[in-house]
Amino acid sequence: MRFGIIVFPGSNCDSDCYHALRDVMGQDVRYVWHKESDISDVDCVVLPGGFSYGDYLRCGAIARFSPVMQSVQDFAEMGKPIIGICNGFQILTEAGLLPGALIRNRELKFICQPQYIRVEHNRSMFTNMCQDRQVLNVPIAHGEGNYVADEATLERLEANGQVIFRYCDAQGECTNEANPNGSMHNIAGIMNEKGNVLGMMPHPERVCDPILGGTDGRLIFGSIVEWAERRIANAK
Amino acid sequence: MPSKQRWDEVGLTENEYRMIIDILGREPNDLELNLYGVMWSEHCGYKHSRAMLKMFPTSGPRILQGPGENAGIVDIGDGLAVCMKVESHNHPSALEPYQGAATGMGGIIRDIFTMGSRPVALLDSLKFGPLDNPRSRYLMDGIVSGIAGYGNCIGIPTVAGEVGFDPCYTGNPLVNAMCVGLIRHDEIQRGAAAGVGNSVMIVGHTTGRDGMGGASFASVEITAESEERRSAVQVGDPFMEKLLLEACLELFKTGCVVGIQDMGAAGIISSTCETAARAGTGIELDVALVPKRETGMTPTEVMISESQERMLVIVEKGREQEVYDIFDKWGLHAVVIGHVTDDGMLRVLDNGVKVGEVPAKSLAEAPVYRPGYEKPAYIDELAAFDPLTLPLPDDMNDVLLKLLASPDICSKRWVYRQYDYMVRTDTALPPGSDAAVVRIKGTHKAIALTIDSNGRYSYLDPYKGGAIAVAEAARNIVCSGALPIAITDCLNFGTPEKPDIYWQFRESIMGMAEACRALDTPVISGNVSFYNETDRGAIYPTPTVGMAGVMEDVKHITTQAFKKDGDAIVLLGETKEELGASQFLNIIYGMQKGKVPDINLEKESSVQKATLKAIQEGIISSAHDCSDGGLAIALAESCISGRKGAYVNLKFGIRTDALLFGESQSRILISLKPEYLDKLFVICESFGVPCQVIGTVYGDRLNVDVNGNKVVQLPVEEMKDKWEGTIPAYMNRR
Repeated sequence: MRFGIIVFPGSNCDSDCYHALRDVMGQDVRYVWHKESDISDVDCVVLPGGFSYGDYLRCGAIARFSPVMQSVQDFAEMGKPIIGICNGFQILTEAGLLPGALIRNRELKFICQPQYIRVEHNRSMFTNMCQDRQVLNVPIAHGEGNYVADEATLERLEANGQVIFRYCDAQGECTNEANPNGSMHNIAGIMNEKGNVLGMMPHPERVCDPILGGTDGRLIFGSIVEWAERRIANAK
Repeated sequence: MPSKQRWDEVGLTENEYRMIIDILGREPNDLELNLYGVMWSEHCGYKHSRAMLKMFPTSGPRILQGPGENAGIVDIGDGLAVCMKVESHNHPSALEPYQGAATGMGGIIRDIFTMGSRPVALLDSLKFGPLDNPRSRYLMDGIVSGIAGYGNCIGIPTVAGEVGFDPCYTGNPLVNAMCVGLIRHDEIQRGAAAGVGNSVMIVGHTTGRDGMGGASFASVEITAESEERRSAVQVGDPFMEKLLLEACLELFKTGCVVGIQDMGAAGIISSTCETAARAGTGIELDVALVPKRETGMTPTEVMISESQERMLVIVEKGREQEVYDIFDKWGLHAVVIGHVTDDGMLRVLDNGVKVGEVPAKSLAEAPVYRPGYEKPAYIDELAAFDPLTLPLPDDMNDVLLKLLASPDICSKRWVYRQYDYMVRTDTALPPGSDAAVVRIKGTHKAIALTIDSNGRYSYLDPYKGGAIAVAEAARNIVCSGALPIAITDCLNFGTPEKPDIYWQFRESIMGMAEACRALDTPVISGNVSFYNETDRGAIYPTPTVGMAGVMEDVKHITTQAFKKDGDAIVLLGETKEELGASQFLNIIYGMQKGKVPDINLEKESSVQKATLKAIQEGIISSAHDCSDGGLAIALAESCISGRKGAYVNLKFGIRTDALLFGESQSRILISLKPEYLDKLFVICESFGVPCQVIGTVYGDRLNVDVNGNKVVQLPVEEMKDKWEGTIPAYMNRR
């Protein structure tokens, strides 16, 4: 399958995702410049981390107006997989593809650290290679990752199984101490209702290559590949 | 006779003013005088340091570019090289901590990509006053945020650093920022305005009134009036710089760039006269063509503005369109403002009318001074103090915990947690060990990086302090598993016209130079920061050493953490009864005196070679430099990082406090499987390195017996809590 990594001015995890997907996962990958509009050749869109447009105005608020975002909207409606990481998650919420918003971390400081997250269930195209409630170690690096949504939205997310990753401790307990940024319900990643758009603050591309201290990120990218291959097999 | 104010206003002396008249054969007009004022400032002109800097070894088989360019370049084999430089941003950060530190990062990053190199890592050395002072906390909070704000946004990981505290830095913090890039030998760009007729372009950001006269501001002491000069601090825009970085690296691939220079201190003026001087050419430019963000700017203001995120690019005549196309893609300005001439003059036009004309070379070559120097009286007085006259502390557990919790020694996680140290996915060894290791994708190679200084040693004995700064940096690189190959230095001192300060400066340089020669690590770039004085006096002389090492295979990456129960703990090097100048005296007795530990560079080199050889043979589990706080702190740190305990048995004929906390140099603490001990002994013997098995990694407590007496018995968790708690506790105080 082919991954398309969208490059906005100020994206800076684009080459990290490229390396993880191509060199570590052995997938076909291409960069998609934010002014492109034809992304019909890609099977999965990656919105990488970074500081698109310098995070000016609000994180992701300007990037959502980039020409490519219309195509990304259409891509989402077609039910194809989209994964937004960190700034990519922020862009997805700004674009209305995911509910809620990401505000400044509880401590008002940027936080970069290894982070345990719990896979809430494996019935998704992003987690089918994980175990239910599996604890992954996927680092975070953000200043604005504090997930907020209104009560009704949170209830809907929980009821539909759209909350896919939660911050937890090594034992998988989602305590307040294990919550690095103050996110409601310890939310680290959510999906849209259809389950084909994922936004997550942790960086799976940073834990694919074992030299960086872990390989849990492969489970997430690998799940997408697995899902796509199964779909192709079923179509045959 | 010109009025006194003319040279005073631009910070020059009467004598310098006369030199300008000699050069021009006439009196300079205001614009021209301003050009000399900034270019002959200490910050740009290195007037008081240039003669001394010649003492440094700057060449060697690996050195592709020594000092004199935007940054130095050192070969790491296979057609690859490391480009690096460190620079201070002390004065701006003292006044406006966030922007001061942020633009410090911006400036040093530009220095690296100007050379054609992609920046891959940032490091910083920060010094503050004591944390119980709210001003120190305010500065630290703002400076760390500023570094994070810039580095994180532009996407370059901050992989290593150091943070120190001393009353001498109150009011004059040190912010030394280092950037490291990777480059292929055939990609190196240079800052020369060659080729008569070639176009001179300004690219990147617009020019405004921010940072007016920053270079001259950095060339005086910090006083009460400094606060009014806040406008001399520039404002950084990391997003703009990210675009500029990508656009420049894309532009170099076209081959149309003849020369390029960062617009840092003194903006257009320094970049034009320096590029012209390097090529022996001249430049004619029209200030009216410069894209501005403010109206009504005078030609002088345009010339000396220090607006950030701008570059001067010399482009082959006729290929300007290629520049426009690339910069347009990234949404950046690219404008021809002049051309290269053959007359050696820097000619400034305003809408076609000549407003100033001076020889470019004369601006770039400020007068050189060799100030008088004199050994200050305090040196011998403080060195005469004998720490062994102090009583032996009763409770070594208590002393060890106090040292672990002291701001200098404690964990700096509060700081580096704010830096994205992982972006680019190359940080194979993150902050928290002796040196950071950055792997190079597509190869087995990696580079190891560290930045070190020790103001207390340098104050008490600047020669030894300088040598130890280099030696310790190299030891850190070796402990991570790499071979030290070059240094970049940032020399932070007081006012050079004062003989005692200049003596410190001289001694430091001589000490560093000797160590660089002995350890085969030439100086490839650097920066001098004088006038680090407030009304409370000068800072401690603080030469900061940034060092790079090369590792042929990432499998040699080694950390300080104890790994496995049963591993033998071995101390390499000699332990002497040296408590002078130690953290022990500083923290427990509040004394900064006594004799700085001796450094024998030959022995230092042997210890490093033996350690590296053992690492390369694959027999070492952990390696840690024994420095601040001595052997006890090194043991505690290896325990804490590995979450492992240790049983240690010491039998030495010296006092227990000196044994545990003395800072004898050239020592490395390692651990390894017991079956490898024989191999280690052979290696140590071949290098003539003393080597002593002192204990075993085991359990969850650190137990140290000295001559049969139990002197330290502490749970690792308790040490960890003390070590980690200090800075968060201070910074949450508000």
